[in-house]
Amino acid sequence: MTLNTASVAAGPGANEISIFQRFLWNFTDTFVVMRRNLYAYQRQPELLVFATIQPVIFLLLFTYVFGGAISFSTGGDYINFLLPGIIIQTILFASANTTVGLSVDLSKGIIDRFRSLPMSRAAVLAGRTSADTLRGLFTVLIMIAAGYIIGFRFENWGAGLLGLALAVAFGYAVTWISATIGLFVKDPEAAQVAGFIWLFPLTFASSIFVPTRTMTAEWLRTFAENQPVSVVANTVRDLMTGTVNPDEIVISLLWIAGIVAVFLPMAVWRYARVSSR
Amino acid sequence: MPNSNSIIAENVVKHFGDIKALDGVSIAAETGKVLGLLGPNGAGKTTLVRILTTLLKPDSGVVSVGGLDVLRQKQRVREIIGLAGQYAAVDEILTGRENLVMVGRLYHMSRRAAKQRAAELLAQFALTEAADRSVKTYSGGMRRRLDLAASMVARPNILFLDEPTTGLDARARIAMWDTIRELVSDGTTLLLTTQYLEEADELADQIVVIDHGRVIAEGTADQLKANMAADFIDITVSNPQQTAQASQLLQPLSDESPHTDEQRGHVSIAVESGAQSIAEVVRLLDAQSVSIAELNLRRPSLNDVFLSITGHEIVEEESKPKRRGFGRRRSA
Repeated sequence: MTLNTASVAAGPGANEISIFQRFLWNFTDTFVVMRRNLYAYQRQPELLVFATIQPVIFLLLFTYVFGGAISFSTGGDYINFLLPGIIIQTILFASANTTVGLSVDLSKGIIDRFRSLPMSRAAVLAGRTSADTLRGLFTVLIMIAAGYIIGFRFENWGAGLLGLALAVAFGYAVTWISATIGLFVKDPEAAQVAGFIWLFPLTFASSIFVPTRTMTAEWLRTFAENQPVSVVANTVRDLMTGTVNPDEIVISLLWIAGIVAVFLPMAVWRYARVSSR
Repeated sequence: MPNSNSIIAENVVKHFGDIKALDGVSIAAETGKVLGLLGPNGAGKTTLVRILTTLLKPDSGVVSVGGLDVLRQKQRVREIIGLAGQYAAVDEILTGRENLVMVGRLYHMSRRAAKQRAAELLAQFALTEAADRSVKTYSGGMRRRLDLAASMVARPNILFLDEPTTGLDARARIAMWDTIRELVSDGTTLLLTTQYLEEADELADQIVVIDHGRVIAEGTADQLKANMAADFIDITVSNPQQTAQASQLLQPLSDESPHTDEQRGHVSIAVESGAQSIAEVVRLLDAQSVSIAELNLRRPSLNDVFLSITGHEIVEEESKPKRRGFGRRRSA
């Protein structure tokens, strides 16, 4: 008898699987795909090296080139103002990778392979967003180490780590926006641009590099003060410089939850319909 | 389900914008048999495969695979099918083994079972030696084999192969045919799409010919050939400049106009009975001093069948550059 257990398990009898089991598969499938994406970083270390060097260069340039001029308006050491902000910037830019990665997968047809498997529908996307978030975390840790070398200090390690966690959570939420964009763009070269372009206004018209009160146009200031990047950057900055403001933290968490609540379903919806041709 | 159809499509219609990719296609693949879907690029073969494998939603029509409604029971269909070919792919950065283990894990096999199955498949598809190398280093034939192996991970009873040999050289193609024959020898139902008549002839029990989104003929290879109720006589004239003259002379012998290749001096005519007509051919040409270099009597090939149904040759259809190199176009 060549009929074997595997074919029976995968056959029509498999409909006895419980809802709970299917729910668990969302996580195990995500883990499998995440590992596949992390392998890519592991096997192309040059990708990781440059992704890390670039924000460190930003950090050094801003600190030493603009630091003198900007510290008049920030009061105190610019590095303490800058590093938390630049961590958010790094995490935002790392999310562009989600756009590019998904569009590359789409163009190569591996997405069709995944879509023809009886796996969780969210896992291909969640595996991508979580791998890119981990990559972002790695880069941020190196930046904090670089920051320490040039004079940055956490006021309070507990609050500082909470700030780090908040920054990473925000980065995770943003990768879902990037994933949605990647599924709409599809072409890898267009994705290179589309993945970044929307990040520039959000990054620069924010409190990441300079205090928003120094912005002269009122409409710009109003936007910059209230948009999520500033809200989260301010909260992270406060936490890293030792100020715990629960209201601020709650608003940041609401932004994070709101972004995921909108873009995760949108990305999954799009994934179910997207065709790689 | 003995004696039933494992793959059924009824009156499937699919538009892409204004383009009608499928215009009411119906097919049925008998359980345990190989159904060849034969047609040129752009005929709608891949679209139909994508619909049958849950990747694409048809505008209308009924599709069922393994007794399941493909539109309503997607996840369960995915559990019982395997898909390989043009569009299903493998990860380039992972090794061959990692690819197969990953697919096994996504079928929710245990880590151990996935590893064991990967090792079996690597051996079966002659990839053991390259198993731990990145797929980037694989040849085209090796990639196709890995892709095929990936589709076999869960031992599906129903397999879809979308142009499994497109882009392979002749040697790799014949090796792939052997592999496919072996795969289906245990009763797997296979839907195979191809633009190669030879491939359909070699592998398929039943053939459905499709062109411009419609089924234009179906049957076994022999039935398709027999329906033409004709033999073919291929003549090569010594002086290619006399090709047109020869064609004109032989016209009365056939209901269809002869096919000619003026550069090579080929003339091919369909006749009721080859044995009777062959003397006539020689007499007609000899009377006008058209000398014959070569003369062959043969049964019609699938290429003739396709030509007589559609009026164009299968390989001359416009192609997407992405799917086919320029080399083949030049030779066509």
